[in-house]
Amino acid sequence: MDQRRPPSWQFILTLLMFGYMYLPILVLGVFSFNASPYSAGWSGFTLSWYGRFFNDSKILAALQDSLFVAFISVVISAILGTTMAVGLAKYRFPGKGLYRGVSYLPLIVPDIAIAVATLVFLAFMGIPLSIWTVVAAHVVFCLAYIALVVSTRLAGLNPHLEEAALDLGATPAQAFIKVLLPQLMPAIVSGCLLAFVLSMDDFLISSFTAGGGVTTLPMEIYSRVRTGVKPDVNALSVFLIGVSGGLAFLAEFIRHRGEQRRLGG
Amino acid sequence: MSASTTPTSATEDPPRSRVGIGQRLLRLVQPLVLLFPAGVWLALLLVIPTLMILELSLHPGQRPGAAITPYGLGNYLQIFQPTYLQVMWRSFYFAIVTTVICVLLGFPVAYWIAVMAPKKWQNLLLVCFVLPLWTSSLLRSYAWITILRPTGVINSFLGLFGIPQQDLLYQDLSVLIGMSYNFLPYMVLILYASLEKLDKRLLEAAADLGANPQQAFRKITIPQTLPGVAAGSFLVFITSIGDFVVPELLGGASSMTTARLIYNQFLGATRNWGFGSGLSMLLILAVSISIALLLKYGDRDPDLL
Repeated sequence: MDQRRPPSWQFILTLLMFGYMYLPILVLGVFSFNASPYSAGWSGFTLSWYGRFFNDSKILAALQDSLFVAFISVVISAILGTTMAVGLAKYRFPGKGLYRGVSYLPLIVPDIAIAVATLVFLAFMGIPLSIWTVVAAHVVFCLAYIALVVSTRLAGLNPHLEEAALDLGATPAQAFIKVLLPQLMPAIVSGCLLAFVLSMDDFLISSFTAGGGVTTLPMEIYSRVRTGVKPDVNALSVFLIGVSGGLAFLAEFIRHRGEQRRLGG
Repeated sequence: MSASTTPTSATEDPPRSRVGIGQRLLRLVQPLVLLFPAGVWLALLLVIPTLMILELSLHPGQRPGAAITPYGLGNYLQIFQPTYLQVMWRSFYFAIVTTVICVLLGFPVAYWIAVMAPKKWQNLLLVCFVLPLWTSSLLRSYAWITILRPTGVINSFLGLFGIPQQDLLYQDLSVLIGMSYNFLPYMVLILYASLEKLDKRLLEAAADLGANPQQAFRKITIPQTLPGVAAGSFLVFITSIGDFVVPELLGGASSMTTARLIYNQFLGATRNWGFGSGLSMLLILAVSISIALLLKYGDRDPDLL
């Protein structure tokens, strides 16, 4: 009976929107195998763009810079963001509203304004731009996203478990590490994956805080594509989309499993 | 009974009080340990820099390395020149139109996934819909160049039917396509959260009481999901008003926006840090006003922010 009913317009629109979402990704995928560099027509299958991209030392150096920045920023942010979220959930203190408000700012203030402010700050302080200034700036937004994911999870936790641990003689540090941290782990991991992807994707803040010798992947991509279509970028895109799509699914899977376990236990 | 409890309490008392003192000390230290590092980081790299550009914006025409110009509102007055007013207006226009497009396209999608789709598929459908968000925004905009350019996918397709080449790229239209593409997943995500919470018994009650589906939708679904619509619109609005990548890559020289103008003041040809800071403060102000509006009229659910 269900199959005979004509599909609803909402269904058709949803289908179209799925098409809209995946069309650009599909196009990049198809063209990364297209022999002709500039025409939109199909002129034969090739893997040469992939070969070129894997031998492109500038791209590989940029990938290395990006991975370095993302990795270090995420590690620092995981610690700072988690402790901040726990601290904000546990304690009341004067100025807490302000603190919380500031911690949300990186999620709300446009990247360009943050980038400009950081550049001005570094310039006035006379701090030379380097890969470490990029890391310092990335930590700001990474920690905000990790704290957001962690505090959402904290809100749904049973606070009595940690109290029970304390009553049973655990020190606060033990209670934190043995009781609270394992419960927060799924949120921390999915927050880290999100922050990692955002850091890898960031163009503006990196361009404003990177010194001469540092080029992150988005900066390299930007300098290539602003003048038009570059076929080797297609291959790079497919590679990156594959990696970040995989990370996205992993993050979602971990979050989902964490939630199931929480509901089950 | 009392004989058995007294000795145990006597032996347990001393360690308990020691733990008590230690805990009291820790109770003071712990918040500091948890909150101080992140607080310092945010203060140093977010709060102080923002205050610095506020100060810098009060030095008209300040350039890097140049002598400090006296205080004045010149940077803010410069914004009122017709060219710059037009730039501000264009940013606002892109953001508003993108928001409206995202509500109009996003609501039916979120509605279908949250209300009409089979229950067990809902999560997967949502994840798949927002999956493109995880890919680089630069690359997604770049993909639209491939599609819209004069020899791109759409024009080649139109060419098959003998339709002459259309100028699709580097227009306001291409910016709007790119922006709504980039921000539609956020809207669907937030509307889905809102529609999922919708109390479906109310809809059944309305139907029992003789309301037709349109009436039920108007009187129940819309009012109940309005906070979600407000939150989603807010999010799309603030992300698109400050967006740089899409207007830069998909817009032409005529689609100058505030973010592009700011970029030019710092990394582009014109090195006017004072004016750039003024523009940045204006952007922050615009975003703050939208937050104030959201907090006043929207959903206070922190999940949605």
